[in-house]
Amino acid sequence: MSLDKQTVARIARLARLKVPEEELQGLAGELSGIMDWIEQLNSVDTSSVEPMNSVADLSLPMRQDKVTEGGHPARVLANAPGGAVYLEPGNPDAGGFFVVPKVVE
Amino acid sequence: MSKPTDLTIADMTAALAKGAISAVELTEAHLAAMETHRGLNAYITETPARAREMAKASDARRKSGAVGPLEGVPLAIKDLFCTEGVLTTAASHILDGFKPTYESTVSSRLWQAGAVMLGKTNLDEFAMGSSNMTSHYGPVENPWKRRGDNRKLVPGGSSGGSASAVAARIAPGATGTDTGGSIRQPAAFCGLVGMKPTYGRCSRWGIIAFASSLDQAGPITRTVKDSALMLQAMAGHDPKDSTSAPLAVPDFVAACSRSIKGLKIGIPAEYRVDGMAPEIQALWDKGIAMIRDAGAEPVEISLPHTKYALPTYYIVAPAECSSNLARYDGVRFGLRVPGKDLIEMYENTRGAGFGKETRRRILIGTYVLSAGYYDAYYKKAQQVRALIARDFTDAFKKCDAILTPTAPSAAFAMGEKMDDPVTMYLNDVFTVPSSLAGLPGISVPGGLGADGLPLGLQVIGRAYDEETVFAVGAALEKSAGLSLQPEGY
Repeated sequence: MSLDKQTVARIARLARLKVPEEELQGLAGELSGIMDWIEQLNSVDTSSVEPMNSVADLSLPMRQDKVTEGGHPARVLANAPGGAVYLEPGNPDAGGFFVVPKVVE
Repeated sequence: MSKPTDLTIADMTAALAKGAISAVELTEAHLAAMETHRGLNAYITETPARAREMAKASDARRKSGAVGPLEGVPLAIKDLFCTEGVLTTAASHILDGFKPTYESTVSSRLWQAGAVMLGKTNLDEFAMGSSNMTSHYGPVENPWKRRGDNRKLVPGGSSGGSASAVAARIAPGATGTDTGGSIRQPAAFCGLVGMKPTYGRCSRWGIIAFASSLDQAGPITRTVKDSALMLQAMAGHDPKDSTSAPLAVPDFVAACSRSIKGLKIGIPAEYRVDGMAPEIQALWDKGIAMIRDAGAEPVEISLPHTKYALPTYYIVAPAECSSNLARYDGVRFGLRVPGKDLIEMYENTRGAGFGKETRRRILIGTYVLSAGYYDAYYKKAQQVRALIARDFTDAFKKCDAILTPTAPSAAFAMGEKMDDPVTMYLNDVFTVPSSLAGLPGISVPGGLGADGLPLGLQVIGRAYDEETVFAVGAALEKSAGLSLQPEGY
């Protein structure tokens, strides 16, 4: 399976990853090498095999749909890049917002 | 008494209990040694102030009689575990300045047991690598050197900083995480004991996720008993991780002194790979002789799908990585690189924030999960994964544990095996199959290779049977009778 430059550019876009134009060719070569090596799986007959989605041989536990830990707006916002905007300046416990570039005109 | 930094964890707890040393003295000795050996680049962040404060509190607890199982023992934490108020980077530029407001379950259990934090150790970026060469904070040096050769060697990866620190006596033990060999391979490269428990034994809560169906925490230590002591404190059910096993934690330390007489130890034919290095073959043969001497019986077993484990892993792990790493978008934490709109901000942030290997894996993962390819790659890999797991189930009908080498070579020099990604991936050929099956595995030093570097033997056990793994590991350690200490440390 060989990946060309256009395919790499397409998956980079899907992954929201900026890849400089001059790196696309090199990446296409590396990724093709990895995919070629992976192709050997095609020689395994898996026609009657259930895919294994988890190694934990357990059914997922259920719990009450209740907030068990919450009410920490200051802690949630503490790492906001460039700082958060708080509803009440000087009082992070009152909550606030992450700031992003404008998405609605 | 030997130098405080030469003590094992078990020795430390004994010396502390006798009052021969205080937690503060022990911590100070390590902080001083960390400064001396800063050139190894084993730590990304040293936390001396926190360490002194925790050591003082530990001494006070001891006076009041409230003593935990690791009371006063200083430890290093891989910088993939979130630590409250302390920079946590995953060795990535994209987590610049990130100080979690919560503590991972595993590290908080260690602190509850009385341990003291020395700092956060270096790793491959997001734990993706086998050499510690992919860290944004620079490579880590292995304290070991080849005989008569001064070139710097890698400590292995991804828990390379943890392994380098423990080998260099700048921590008696450290946490690691293992997705495809990231505890066991660096332990082997640095002459240490590295334990990856069963998937589900340790909570993943608060550990930065790489591949969620594979990631497990475990200890890196200098002895098998220390490994058991640390895992005892780290393990246990946690309602905050839905895949954490609701099982009682057995007495791992007691398991280390169990006899292995009469146990059947599987020797998988498929691990005799083409072109296996003679010193690795010799090490494996020596391991087989050692378990026979201890009264166990080596039996030939077959794990027929072994050769498909690595390609399976390199679909499953990147697929899960591309999903997990989608959260790094520059909005809520870490690096943000502005753009003209939201999408461009995401792309700029992720393009600048992720290193080469991480980008490669995100792209592979995105590709194999993309429309039209999902069945051909991801589903196929999960089917082969089921066959690999079934191989182990069948093998364990004939044996109680499995013995293999840990890695196909000793530690290599920085810059070697960097020509193409697949060459680097082959390092994990003996560790990835048991990771895919979720089984516990330990690496124990088995001997020295031709150029004087340590080599590791791996013991793999049944799911949730770490006890047998510890018993066989301890028997190997005893029989090997090595006293490993890199020169100058």
